[in-house]
Order: sequence, then C-alpha cells, then structure tokens
Amino acid sequence: MNDKKTKIMTFNTLILHTAALFLLPLQLIFSVFLLLRGHDEPGGGFIAGLVASGAFVLYLFAHGVASTREIMRVEPRDLLALGLLLGLAAMFPGMFHGEAFLTAQWWEFSLGETDIKLSTVLIFDIGVYFAVLGTILTIVMSLTESEE
Amino acid sequence: MSPEVVLPIIIPLLAGALTLAFWRSTFYQRWISLFATTALLGSGIWLLSSIRETGFVVMQMGGWAAPFGITIVADLLSAIMIVLTGIIGLAIAVFSMAATPDKHQKFGYFPLMHLLLAGVAGSFLAGDIFNLFVWFEVMLLASFALLTLGGERAQMEGAIKYVTLNLFSSAIFLSAIGLLYGMVGTLNMADIGDKLSQVEHTGMVNVLAMMFLISFGIKAAAFPLFFWLPASYHTPLVGVSALFAGLLTKVGVYALYRVFTLIFIGDTGYTHTILLWVAVLTMLTGVLGAAAQFEFRRILSFHIVSQIGYMLLGLALFTPLAIIGGVFYIMHHIIVKTNLFLISGVVYRLLGSYDLKKLGGVYKQRPWLAILFLIPALSLAGIPPLSGFFAKFLVIRAGLEVDAWIATGTALLVGLLTLYSMIKIWAEVFWKKLPEGIDDSRLISNRTDSQLLVMLIPVVGLTLCTLYIGLNGEPIYQLASDAADQLLNPAAYIEAVLGENL
Repeated sequence: MNDKKTKIMTFNTLILHTAALFLLPLQLIFSVFLLLRGHDEPGGGFIAGLVASGAFVLYLFAHGVASTREIMRVEPRDLLALGLLLGLAAMFPGMFHGEAFLTAQWWEFSLGETDIKLSTVLIFDIGVYFAVLGTILTIVMSLTESEE
Repeated sequence: MSPEVVLPIIIPLLAGALTLAFWRSTFYQRWISLFATTALLGSGIWLLSSIRETGFVVMQMGGWAAPFGITIVADLLSAIMIVLTGIIGLAIAVFSMAATPDKHQKFGYFPLMHLLLAGVAGSFLAGDIFNLFVWFEVMLLASFALLTLGGERAQMEGAIKYVTLNLFSSAIFLSAIGLLYGMVGTLNMADIGDKLSQVEHTGMVNVLAMMFLISFGIKAAAFPLFFWLPASYHTPLVGVSALFAGLLTKVGVYALYRVFTLIFIGDTGYTHTILLWVAVLTMLTGVLGAAAQFEFRRILSFHIVSQIGYMLLGLALFTPLAIIGGVFYIMHHIIVKTNLFLISGVVYRLLGSYDLKKLGGVYKQRPWLAILFLIPALSLAGIPPLSGFFAKFLVIRAGLEVDAWIATGTALLVGLLTLYSMIKIWAEVFWKKLPEGIDDSRLISNRTDSQLLVMLIPVVGLTLCTLYIGLNGEPIYQLASDAADQLLNPAAYIEAVLGENL
C-alpha cells in the first residue's frame, strides 16, 4: 500500500530523474539571470521567482518532497518571510533622505571596465523573488504532503 | 515629510513578515503582535494629532506627483478610522494571546491578522481608487484565510457564501473603476472628484454611482446583499469574528462615505435618495433577522447589519448634523460590537457554547461579567448616557430636521427592537437558570484562570472606551463635527492632494 502511494507522487522514470537533476541548476541560474535583467528589459523578481520555483517543483515531482527539502536546506516559509522583509526594507532608505516612502535610491560605482548600478529597486525585486519562491513551494509541498 | 501617514500600513506589514519569520514560535508571534498593534495605535494617534494641526496629510509614494503616482492621503475621517483600527487590533492581539488554539497559530493566524490590519489601514489611507481596490483585496484575501482557519464544516459553508458575494462585489468594483477611468481618464480620487464636476453626461455618472453603491454595499453588508455576513461571522474563532465585526464592514461604510461625499455629489437628489431607502431597509431587515435567532454570535451578526443602516442613514441624509451622527456612529459601533463578540467568547470559554438555549446562570456566578455585557449591550440599544444614545440621537435628530419621517420612525423602532434582542441575550445567558446537563465546572470554579483574565483585559478596555465616548461626548462630538466639515467640503481635500497640479 505504501509503495503504491509513493509511486503516485514520484514519477519513477529514468529520463525525468536525470533531467530534473540537470535542469535544476540550469533553471536556477536562468532565474538569477532573469532577476538581474529585470530592471530595463523583460524579467524581474516575479518571473524569476516562478522559474526558480519551477525548478524545485520539477525536482519534487521526480524525487519526492523529502529529498527536495534536503537539497533546499531551508523551509519555504522562511524564504517567504525573508522575501517580505527584504521587500519592506527597500521602502525605507528613501525616507532617510527625507523623501517619500518607496523612492528609489541608486548607488553607482565602477568595477574595472563595467559600471555597476545598485538600487533599492533591486532589493525589492530580490524580495519578490524569494516571496514568490517561498509561496509556491509552501503551497506545492503542503499539497503533496497532505496527499501522502 | 510625514511618515505618520504610511506607518499605519507599514507597521502591520512588517509585523506580518516578522510573525511569519517566527512561525516556529507562538511565543514570539504573540509578543510581536502585541507590540505591533500597540505601535499601530500609537501611529494612529500621531496621525490624528498631526491632522488636528494641518487638516490633511498627503504623501506621494516614490515621489511621483499626483494624479499620476500613488497617493496616500489622510483626512480626519481616515485618521479616526486608523485610531479605531489600532484600538481593535490591540484588543484582538491581547485576546488572541489567551484564546487562540495552537492549531490556528501553526497555520498562520497572526501573520494573517496583520495582513488584514494592513489591508484595512491601507483602505482608509488610499487616495487612489484603484489602490482602494487593491487594499480591499489584500483585506479580503486575509479574511478568506482567517475565516476558514480550522477547517470545520460550518466554516466552509459560511466561507463559500462570503467568498462568492465578495468576489462578485470586487468584480463590480473593478468594472466601475474601468468605466470611470474611461470617462475621466484618472484614478486619483481627488482628481476624479474634480473632473466629474465638469462632466456633461450625468446619466452615466449616476450609473457609476449605483455600481459603487452595489459594490461597497455588499462589503458593508447593506440591504439587499447582506446575507453573507450572518452566514459566516459566527463560524470562525471568536477573535476573528470580533475583528471582522469591528472592522471589515466598516471599511465598506468608509468607502461609501468617501465616494459619496467626494465623487458622486452632483446629483444627490437621486443617489442619496436611493441610499436612504437602502439604509432604512438595512436597519429593518437586520434587526428583524436578529429577533429570530438563538445563537449568541448570529444575533450580534444580524445587529451589525442593522447598525450599518444607521451609518448609511447619516450619509444618505447628507446634512452636516447627519454626517456628524454617522461618523460618531461608526466610532461608537466599532468599539461596542467588537466588545460584544469578545464577551460571547468569554461566555464560550466558561460554558462551551454559543447557543442561548444551552447557556444560563452566568449572572449568579460572575456578576461582574454580566455588568461588562450590560454596558455595551445597552449602549448598542441606545440607552443614555452610553455612547450609542448620542450616536442614535444625532442621526435621528438630523432625520427630523429634514422631515425624513419614515427613516426616523424606522430608526426609533429599530432601536427598540435592538433593546429587545439585547434583553433576550441578557435573560437567556445571564439571568435564567443553567439548563440541566450542561457542564458548569468552569463557571463555578473558584480557581484563578489566567487565560480568562487575559481575555477580560480587552473587554474591560473596550468597555471603558464606550463609557468614555458616552460620558465625555463633547470632544468626540467635536472630532466628528470637524470630520464632517472636511467631508462636506471636498474642495479642500482636492486641493490638498493635487496642490499646484490642479
């Protein structure tokens, strides 16, 4: 009985198993690329978070909840909380300069040949990234666990 | 630079994120909630005092000027509502320290509570009608989750009605915003108010006014689409019921006050007459519905509906005195209604039921609890010198001044029937003998019950607030009167928001 149930939850095909292992890092790298690209071009925290959670969900379908938790090392709910706190943290720097809340602050500096632009917008986007990742994984994991 | 106008939104959001980060420890969650709601109340008082000085506090998010950016704006009514949100939030946070089972805390009771408070505060401070919609959704999302927390059958049944009607209302709200935007090309409420006064097609404006009336009417639980409220408010944890009872419908009422004093004031003969009939029927159906009930929280829920009628009546009569009465009524009602729900929770703790037939004998064992019930109950019914008397008096007096005989007569009758309902609860729960076969070990035990004591702190606090409003009515009346002044002079609001862009 137990065997049958776990079979429903994890698809034991060799192709999926192997593919999930390879796709996970690729998708995560791609999600970071999307996240950083987001300010001027299509991308951003939300879509990047979706891609990253897609990576973990695929892994979860192939290998089950327990091993997904193992490779993630953190609880998705913690990621969600971290994301929210980062998002909120991005609101305040503007206020310290006497401007309205949420006013974007920019820090520019050069690193060798390239100009690097950091901003509170990026912090906010990273927050969104973690919040989306945390939310989706919390939902998927709770659903899978309740079915098991 | 005035941070006090965004703090009431930021504080609950931050508390929500923090309680979520501490999801493993209910201890930290409780204390964070307590500190956060205290801070919320503090920021509300700060906002109120700075508005007493300056009239309006406006902040353009991210420095993008109105009408293009997102405006957060507070006038006196908003500030009053924020203070009340803080009071209720604090009361519920204290009450929840004792009355929340671990199971609920594990599934995010506190984060959701803070999210709800953020949504409520955001709605009161939004200066932009689309943002008002967004805050409504934040609030509803949190309330859906709180309502079903625990997952009992009755909760699901109530939640289905609640969710369906509220989504319907949101859909109408959103379509109305779309049409309005198509007409005036702006979403900023001050700008809309300014532009609508120059629009020629008043017919279309009236259609929009009715769409907003239906949408906010559903959220405020006004006649005829109020039945989601008594179907759902008695099902969740009593702390959640009390929070909803105090704040959620009043957000709908606030939104009605906002749009029908700022935006739709061109054809008050049409719009406010309909509002008047809605108010009359809301009062009447609510109180008649309550008469047939025999469940503590259901009776109270029906009375929310009937009391909403009085607030709408104040808006519908649209004279200075009527608006003062309406604002006063909102202040009185939020405090009293939350308190009555909390008392029903205390009784439940003692006797394990909300069914009037299974309760009794509380007065004999705990006379002080009976008195704590009697004060808000009589206040709700409008007995002098409690807060409800002045609230009803103002609205009824305003009705007499404009010869609205039917509305005034109904208001008086409903007051009498409210008294009947309160006496019914009094007689059944406190006065009559406890029926046979009910476990009364908790009721008669002499042991100090520390959880019960914690539950009584907010009850006593809110009762003191009621007494304060009643016995020291003059400053509160003054506050309501200043708020009404602002509401009846939308030009000042428009100028405060748009400034030189007018």
